Amino acid sequence: MVGIGAEFMAESELVSQASQGSRRALARLLTMIQQGDQESIDSVLSISPVQSIGITGPPGVGKSCLTDCLAKIFADRGERVGVLCIDPSSPISGGSLLGDRMRMEQSGVHDRIYIRSVATRTSHSSIPLRLKAMISALSIAGMDRVLIETVGVGQTEIGIVSMTDSVLLVDGPDRGDIVQAEKAGLLELADVVVVNKGDLPGSEQAAANIRSGLALGPASSVPVMVVSALNRTGIDELVEALVSIQSRPSVEIVKWRHRLSSAIMDELVSRSSFESAVKDLVEGRVSIEQAIQNIIQQ
Amino acid sequence: MDPLRIVVAKPGLDGHDRGAKVVARALRDAGHEVIYTGLRRTPEEIIRIVEDEDASILGLSSLSGAHGFLFPRVCELLKENGLDDVVVFGGGIIPQADRPALFDSGVRAIFGPGTPTEEFTLFLNEVKSRRMSNKPVGVGFSDGWHWS
Ligand code: B12
Ligand SMILES: Nc1nc2c(ncn2[C@@H]2O[C@H](COP(=O)(O)OP(=O)(O)O)[C@@H](O)[C@H]2O)c(=O)[nH]1
Ligand SMILES: [Mg+2]
Repeated sequence: MVGIGAEFMAESELVSQASQGSRRALARLLTMIQQGDQESIDSVLSISPVQSIGITGPPGVGKSCLTDCLAKIFADRGERVGVLCIDPSSPISGGSLLGDRMRMEQSGVHDRIYIRSVATRTSHSSIPLRLKAMISALSIAGMDRVLIETVGVGQTEIGIVSMTDSVLLVDGPDRGDIVQAEKAGLLELADVVVVNKGDLPGSEQAAANIRSGLALGPASSVPVMVVSALNRTGIDELVEALVSIQSRPSVEIVKWRHRLSSAIMDELVSRSSFESAVKDLVEGRVSIEQAIQNIIQQ
Repeated sequence: MDPLRIVVAKPGLDGHDRGAKVVARALRDAGHEVIYTGLRRTPEEIIRIVEDEDASILGLSSLSGAHGFLFPRVCELLKENGLDDVVVFGGGIIPQADRPALFDSGVRAIFGPGTPTEEFTLFLNEVKSRRMSNKPVGVGFSDGWHWS
């Protein structure tokens, strides 16, 4: 039977069904938003978004396992939790391998948890286009909290985690990748730092190193915790730390700078004049300065 | 053009994941967004993932011999949940003799060991063109067509 295929529903209908708890309508709405459907985007942006936590750190430290644990705890407390797992798209093929769900065994079928894998697609800025609208859609659908997993500790992640209310930076016992995060300025944005895989040797030492690094700078009050997503130790304490985060004015300035510059980028890049400017540049008809003027003046 | 969203799933207790990973990578390289479920998913979990991810294609991989129960069960649940438009295909160790029953349950293609990955693309192109011309191809519409 064809039924009421969600793909044939109007945007307003999708929004109303999603807000009544239809997972399918929410799933479809997110697809439409990611495809850039303006009516869908407009239909969600009016709501004020719920609290979001960005979970970032180098590949392999256990972000997905930890996100799984956190989502489960929040859900067991009675909250509804939306999870967005962001992975890069290949700039050449446009394809993407979204494997974070592999690790999400506890939360995969929880009725109060909605997980969605998001590829960055053609985003020219650091953030998957329309991430903000996706968070709003999850909010409209009744989520009480949104967790966003991103990959890496470079400049790219600063843009993404700036979109979230709070930032959890994850490292492993023997990685020292935190140095990269520090170079990129990501450490300054972190509200909580965890060393995951606390079941392995070296994790306390790694945490001590991070603490002594932070002690000298403006983020000296940021908690550095050791947890194990595998053994589920330290997770309750982590949740407590996450729910009691206070916003720091110095960080808000940085975040708003990134939010604004990303929004400007999204806006300009999605104009039709952007594509024609690229073409003009390829064919050598304009200088890059002229190209910028052409886009701005559209 | 927007990429297809494809879930590649390992149903049941089967621990062979090489093939599923090869397929997932091949589909990514062909420009699709591939959500890999990881090992040991129940049919119910797979349905939930397809629904939440708004996937239009579901690939099932089985090498342990349990396809005869698991594939039809997944197809049945998709239909029960109104996901009739989802296209199901699969692969692994699936004897020829078992295939007609799987096709009857709604699976549209089965690929065995040694299948060149380009063939997946040919199949997906056929799926797209059938969709375009409104020919049934989703799991919920049985007109007997399958890839051969
Ligand atoms: C490697 C292997 C293993 C490895 C698995 C490693 C891993 N992580 O994957 C190990 C050693 C762990 C293993 C263990 C076992 N194995 Co084993 N194993 C194999 C072997 C030799 C190769 C499988 C393989 O990786 N092929 C390479 C990949 C790339 O090919 P593929 O999986 O077939 O995938 C291709 C296609 O089938 C297709 N495809 C597959 N999935 C999908 C999905 C979609 C959507 C699409 C479009 C296409 C597609 O596309 C792929 C690319 O062309 C096969 C024999 C064989 N020749 O197939 C036996 C085989 C599968 N194993 C077998 C058995 C019995 C076992 C054990 C039970 C053995 C034991 N007694 O302990 C255990 C069970 C493990 C478990 N928990 O399930 C039997 C299964 C018999 C059956 N079905 O009736 C086989 C067939 C050997 C045999 N002839 O008896 N095995
Ligand atoms: N020993 C140990 N391994 C873990 C822990 N958390 C995750 N892992 C393993 O680390 C690997 C990467 O985990 P994943 O969550 O995918 O990392 P991500 O890339 O940061 O998302 C997997 O093999 C996990 O099983 C932990 O607390 N302890
Ligand atoms: Mg991950």
